[in-house]
Amino acid sequence: MARDGGVSCLRRSEIMSVGMESAPLDLDEVHVLAVDDSLVDRIVIERLLRITSCKVTAVDSGWRALEFLGLDNEKASAKFDESSNFREVPVVIMSSENVLTRIDRCLEEGAEDFLLKPVKLADVKRLRNYLTRDVKLSNGNKRKLPEVSDSVHASLPPPSPPLTLSPDSSDSSPPLSPVEIFSSPLSSPIDDEDDDVLTSSSPESLTTPEESPIRRQKMRSPGLD
Amino acid sequence: MDALVAQLQMQFRDYTISLYQQGFLDDQFTELKKLQDDASPDFVAEVLSLFFEDCVKLIGNMARALDQKGTVDFNQVGASVHQLKGSSSSVGAKRVKGLCVSFKEFCEAKNYEGCVRCLQQVDIEYKTLQTKLQDMFNLEKQIIEAGGRVPQVDIN
Repeated sequence: MARDGGVSCLRRSEIMSVGMESAPLDLDEVHVLAVDDSLVDRIVIERLLRITSCKVTAVDSGWRALEFLGLDNEKASAKFDESSNFREVPVVIMSSENVLTRIDRCLEEGAEDFLLKPVKLADVKRLRNYLTRDVKLSNGNKRKLPEVSDSVHASLPPPSPPLTLSPDSSDSSPPLSPVEIFSSPLSSPIDDEDDDVLTSSSPESLTTPEESPIRRQKMRSPGLD
Repeated sequence: MDALVAQLQMQFRDYTISLYQQGFLDDQFTELKKLQDDASPDFVAEVLSLFFEDCVKLIGNMARALDQKGTVDFNQVGASVHQLKGSSSSVGAKRVKGLCVSFKEFCEAKNYEGCVRCLQQVDIEYKTLQTKLQDMFNLEKQIIEAGGRVPQVDIN
């Protein structure tokens, strides 16, 4: 069953709200949770992200990702849908499988973006750019960032509380059918290949991240640093 | 000293280019070099070292799985091949990756002989790459020890 590494981006407020200790971060620092079962890939993605000024936590499975976020117990699962803390956290899928239907499916299910492995510095920089841009849009107190278009400003609704996370599971076995990857809800934590419940989004395919209406809808969290 | 540095730099350049030309390395290796800087001067060597450890582990898994004569679990072999394909791709180990592609096909076809052949080839290939890269890293070290800087090599 093919499992993909995934990258989820946490803002500082989301981390704080889960009750995790965190050293004082630069307000504009993005914290990325990278999930990949390959050690080599974890090291590479970690470096790629650090070089683009992200704080990184790298874990080797979807299960560990949930653990890290404090979502790995009954109590957390029960509150999952109500909690709005992680809902707005963008999820990016990384995979070596270049299958368009599968990529589309990832995006339809709510993934922010899809990175084809092997991941390059330009891919991560691009990611970083539009994440930072959204940060600026959600909180006017942040430092001025380049390349924010007025049209994007206008289309954003007022900030709402940070919501639930949808981390992706990491994987290395032969391909799963798309249905298996995305249909299982978080309530079956035993199977760590399951994706969490992803917020529904419009079924449009992503052309480039900069143009994605899906992404603009999701990037509403005011706690974004 | 300068003459020595220049000579070493040229050797390094030529050697690196040959590794790309002979298909040992690809583009992704170049990407890894971009992630190396004065603060992390050994990044590439460290990642490659992890990759080679991965090779040993995964090839071991494949060998064990293929050893179950008559009851070979080709899915299991394929799973390790898939992982090796992934990590070789991530570090730019082009030949290893190419072999994994064929290997994977043999696994899917449950072709025992094909798999055994690929296993042998992949084993040789990663070891060859390891030796070549060691030589390349040694050249880098010599350049630095001679007081020079390791040049950026433009592959294109």
